[in-house]
Amino acid sequence: MSLPESGNSSSKTSAKSAKAEVFSSTAKTKVTSVKEMEAIAKRLRRHIISMIGKAGSGHPGGSLSAVEIVTTLYFRLLRHKPQDPQWPDRDRFVLSKGHAAPLLYATLAECGYFPVEELATLRQLDSRLQGHTDRTVTPGVEMSAGALGQGLSFGIGIALAGRLNSQKYRVYVLLGDGECDEGQVWEAAMSAAHFKVDNLVAIVDNNGLQIDGWNCDVMNLEPFNKKWQAFGWHVIEVDGHNFTQLIDAFEQTKLVKGQPSVIIAHTIKGKGVSFMENNPDFHGKAPNAEQVEIALKELE
Amino acid sequence: MPEKVSLREAYGKTLVELGKENPDIVMLDADLSRSTMTQYFAREFPGRSFDCGIAEQNMVGIAAGLAASGKIPFASTFAVFAPGRCFDQIRMSIAQPRLNVKIVATHGGISVGEDGTSHHSIEDLSLISSLPGFTVIVPADAIETAQAIRVVAANHGPFYIRLCRPKLPLVYDEDYRFNLGKAVTLRQGKDATIIAIGIMVSAALEAAESLNQEGMDCSVLNMPTLKPADEAAITKAAVDTGAIVTAEDHLEHGGLGSIIAQLVTRHHPVPMEFVAIKDTYAKSGKSAELLQRYGLTAKDIEQAVRAVVRKKGA
Repeated sequence: MSLPESGNSSSKTSAKSAKAEVFSSTAKTKVTSVKEMEAIAKRLRRHIISMIGKAGSGHPGGSLSAVEIVTTLYFRLLRHKPQDPQWPDRDRFVLSKGHAAPLLYATLAECGYFPVEELATLRQLDSRLQGHTDRTVTPGVEMSAGALGQGLSFGIGIALAGRLNSQKYRVYVLLGDGECDEGQVWEAAMSAAHFKVDNLVAIVDNNGLQIDGWNCDVMNLEPFNKKWQAFGWHVIEVDGHNFTQLIDAFEQTKLVKGQPSVIIAHTIKGKGVSFMENNPDFHGKAPNAEQVEIALKELE
Repeated sequence: MPEKVSLREAYGKTLVELGKENPDIVMLDADLSRSTMTQYFAREFPGRSFDCGIAEQNMVGIAAGLAASGKIPFASTFAVFAPGRCFDQIRMSIAQPRLNVKIVATHGGISVGEDGTSHHSIEDLSLISSLPGFTVIVPADAIETAQAIRVVAANHGPFYIRLCRPKLPLVYDEDYRFNLGKAVTLRQGKDATIIAIGIMVSAALEAAESLNQEGMDCSVLNMPTLKPADEAAITKAAVDTGAIVTAEDHLEHGGLGSIIAQLVTRHHPVPMEFVAIKDTYAKSGKSAELLQRYGLTAKDIEQAVRAVVRKKGA
């Protein structure tokens, strides 16, 4: 499978062991092996737990569920330059589910957008790492999000601009499944197909849970796949924790012409930490010190 | 009576001129391009025009994404739908990141007329002025509209321009140059100052003329940039005339009157009166009938001036 040219150094260094100090970085943005990606994913999970634990608040569940998705994008797929976050031809990653900010921050830090040590400042006064993403302060953050439902529209705007400018960049928007309750998501879905933005890919982190419980009990999204198809999208379903499936799906979207693509990634909320998995309590609650310790042990 | 000209036409035609000058100017509408007059741009530049259908929230988000990618989007719909329908989208996708989006909302105020309450935008200036970083402009005629559209295209940041549906008499001549953030003294007097915006500016001039017959000498100030308000001009008006009347086709709270009252209170408290819609919704009717019913005519301004001058003397 051919990979897009990286804007970064493609030098390889082995991922540090899982026992490495939590706030230290591998500082590279292009890896090829699934094994390396697995190691990075584990590091990101450790960062997420440590950051939210230290902050005393935040959203671990929906950050942990999307780790493989975001790892695949930043360490395998995206053309980006951490040294030049505003590089005009960069591929764009729009985090629409802005509460997964800890995941994005951990990823950006690991890529070298800012020092990994800064992750410890999450949610503190004067930190660049706001509770929800803020594009005005954090290098590499494309969108100020947190009010759900807005990212897909924003991504369409970026995709249209790329088309108008004949730029080759692609736009990836990560949505939550619960977020798809928002009407604006479907306004955007309709218009993306209408405007035929085939440089746009939506990924739904389909972890099945939202704050008040299971999606099917709170607000049923089914038939979810058929909804996207009916709105004119090319739909791919994958195991959202399986790197091979994710890579294949993203590569497939590059071949789709004349319509946008959506990857419905089936995931587990809180993935990787036993007591957080499928537990809506950890949607927006920080682990206490003891829980942090247990979680980090599980992620060794 | 001066010639009446459509502000919306002036917007539509100016946008085409700007489109010719700058390829980064793009246009979005929400199925109202025949009313907002973005249809001229759509005809000239179909590739840079995005009709988003009846979906204002999505339109605002797409505009933000375009702006984040270096485009200069002009997004239009009726004032009742933007900011009303998509306030949170404007707040988080445009205002917070201070993106370079220009919302040009037409059909502001009750002068919309027969369409009735659902289409009377009487809260929009209050809503949009509440957002940090937004610049808010309410032109008084077609000439000022054309000028303001050019100025907002040339200035980075989020802008809201409110236009009304009816044609308005020309207040300015072709030599007028819109100055962002500056109020314009249209008439100099010493007894009171009438500060007006939009459709109420010509009514203010008419009121001042009529009061002059009674021996009352009024200043008239047009404040096309509602936010940030021209603090120096407002303070000077308070100091020079000792009484202020505001006039707007909008609710009494949250718009021009509130903004001026806050500044006058801070810098130089003087008696004030407010010509605006009281705490109510208007009904269907002809534009002129509604302006009369809800107290937005030259006569209402005259009455307010007499009242404020009495308070001043007390």
